Amino acid sequence: MTDYPADSILVLLDTTPSGALTKSAAGLLGAAAGVGTPVALIVAAGGEQLASDAAALGAARVLVAEPTELGAQLTVPVADALAAAAELVRPDAVLVSNSIEGREIAARFAARSRSGLAVDAVGVSRDAEGVIAHHSVYGGAYNVDSAVTWGAPVITVREGAIDARAEAQPVSIERLEVAASARRAAVIDSVDEAVVTSSRPELRGAAKVVSGGRGLGSEEQFALVDQLADVLGAAVGASRAAVDAGYVPQSYQVGQTGVSVSPQLYIALGISGAIQHRAGMQTAKTIVAINKDADAPIFEIADFGIVGDLFTVVPQLIAALEARKA
Amino acid sequence: MKIVVLVKEVPDTYGDRKLNLETGLADRAASDTVLDEIGERALEVALSYADGHADTEVVVLSMSPEAAAATVRKGLAMGASSAVQLVDEALVGADLGLTAEALAGALQHIGYDLVIAGNESTDGSGGVLPAMIAELLDVPNATSLNSVEIAEGEVRGERASDHGTMQVTATLPAVISITERLPDARFPNFKGIMAAKKKPFETLSLAEVGVDAETTEASRSIMISLAEKPPRTAGTKIVDEGDAGERLAEYLVQNRLA
Ligand SMILES: Cc1cc2nc3c(=O)[nH]c(=O)nc-3n(C[C@H](O)[C@H](O)[C@H](O)COP(=O)(O)OP(=O)(O)OC[C@H]3O[C@@H](n4cnc5c(N)ncnc54)[C@H](O)[C@@H]3O)c2cc1C
Repeated sequence: MTDYPADSILVLLDTTPSGALTKSAAGLLGAAAGVGTPVALIVAAGGEQLASDAAALGAARVLVAEPTELGAQLTVPVADALAAAAELVRPDAVLVSNSIEGREIAARFAARSRSGLAVDAVGVSRDAEGVIAHHSVYGGAYNVDSAVTWGAPVITVREGAIDARAEAQPVSIERLEVAASARRAAVIDSVDEAVVTSSRPELRGAAKVVSGGRGLGSEEQFALVDQLADVLGAAVGASRAAVDAGYVPQSYQVGQTGVSVSPQLYIALGISGAIQHRAGMQTAKTIVAINKDADAPIFEIADFGIVGDLFTVVPQLIAALEARKA
Repeated sequence: MKIVVLVKEVPDTYGDRKLNLETGLADRAASDTVLDEIGERALEVALSYADGHADTEVVVLSMSPEAAAATVRKGLAMGASSAVQLVDEALVGADLGLTAEALAGALQHIGYDLVIAGNESTDGSGGVLPAMIAELLDVPNATSLNSVEIAEGEVRGERASDHGTMQVTATLPAVISITERLPDARFPNFKGIMAAKKKPFETLSLAEVGVDAETTEASRSIMISLAEKPPRTAGTKIVDEGDAGERLAEYLVQNRLA
């Protein structure tokens, strides 16, 4: 049996269907390194290949597992691997990405091990009693810290929320054997991986975001949002009304039931600023809004607001920015 | 087929939502409360299946303070056959673990073929309860579904995952959760509201569902500090007089944002 450091933080790294580490890995390992020794768990076919990526991002040790039902069953095989890893490592905390797959794996693992579960943390720290999770709730209106009554907390970490990065470590791999729990699971019939054709930054964790709302009027006219985003090197977001109208896919939605972003710059075009939209963007450093309705609530939180028609203001803005670049 | 739909009373997000800075609990008096929209959509999935399958029983289950009974009744008015409310002083401020155990206990008490929940509530937005409950009940979780097809003995659908979508199938009994891609819920009509008054409404305590809130066998998550952030204030607002695009470009450049 191998010894793991007493201050080990077990970090489950998400992988994409095509078998790469997801972008959340750097932040998770960065957070873990701030409170202990990061021990990464990679549950993927051919996970050994990813171990050096994990080490480069700060994993002192890398566990690699490939449970038999991996890819065939939903959630359960990875939860089984996480349970086996926690048994072996006996960590001070377990960190998992607050992605759809990640948080459900954390959910099953926490329920099974009866561990305290803290979700959607935007940071972690440590005090004399253990690891603490920091949360930003009700759309960033409150800061909440949580701890657990005993044992290692299971913490899901909001994607893109952690800026800290860990130092690269030498690669140290161990293969983890996973005994199947035989818990009943849903069957994965097929996977349709979304092809990322865009060279734009990803919405989560982006430094700049340009979002469009119902005010864009149509899918074709939404292209104006893309154009401004490209001039600024920004990610593209949208309101729920724009998603519902079919201008953009659901993954673009910013807000309470979409993605939460905290960029340096957030530009809202033709978005009224409903409270559910604000909940996902009001922690942005600088907010710019363009809306033809002077009473739109978005102006209450905008650092720079323009009352005007976005179809005249935005093309002029793009031209002015391009002229400065040239 | 017995379908249990998990519903929740939440602060109306169209108003301001407050946390009580002393207790750390949602300040229910500070905002209007509503049935969570995603729970209504979950109920709609059950009701539209029941529309086409006469032998379907739809139960709404809610863990909530007693005062939420009126909100839970809305589920009956929309068309559920009966309602169960889990009410217990010991559940005030319950963490995710205790909430999952309490709901799993209630589900075992009620009996179910299919449990339908929203993928995440608008207040807690944890997105973990359906999978936790599935684990505790040892049934499959087919969660985060953009579409739902209920058949004899199984449930299928398209799962919104992190890198695209998946087709998943679960054998019943199962727990599913749905996304807001599913249709809006029907409105309760007058007939439904009148009928709701005569429908069974059961109140359960933790003891009745066999859950001990005080057990030290489970570790619980507790809030150790809470602070309100100062609200954001408005900055400059200009009315476009033909040069607003130029002025915004200047602002962005000056602030090193472009
Ligand atoms: C439970 C729940 C969850 C929700 N979650 C979310 C969420 O996650 N994200 C979200 O965004 N919403 C969410 N909503 C919906 C939210 O309440 C609003 O309906 C939505 O944000 C409105 O989108 P919008 O601002 O694009 O549309 P609208 O409110 O219709 O606003 C469009 C704006 O465009 C302006 N406009 C029109 N034409 C022009 C023009 N030519 N130039 C400039 N301005 C123009 C108008 O003045 C108007 O202010 C949620 C609602 C509920 C109940």
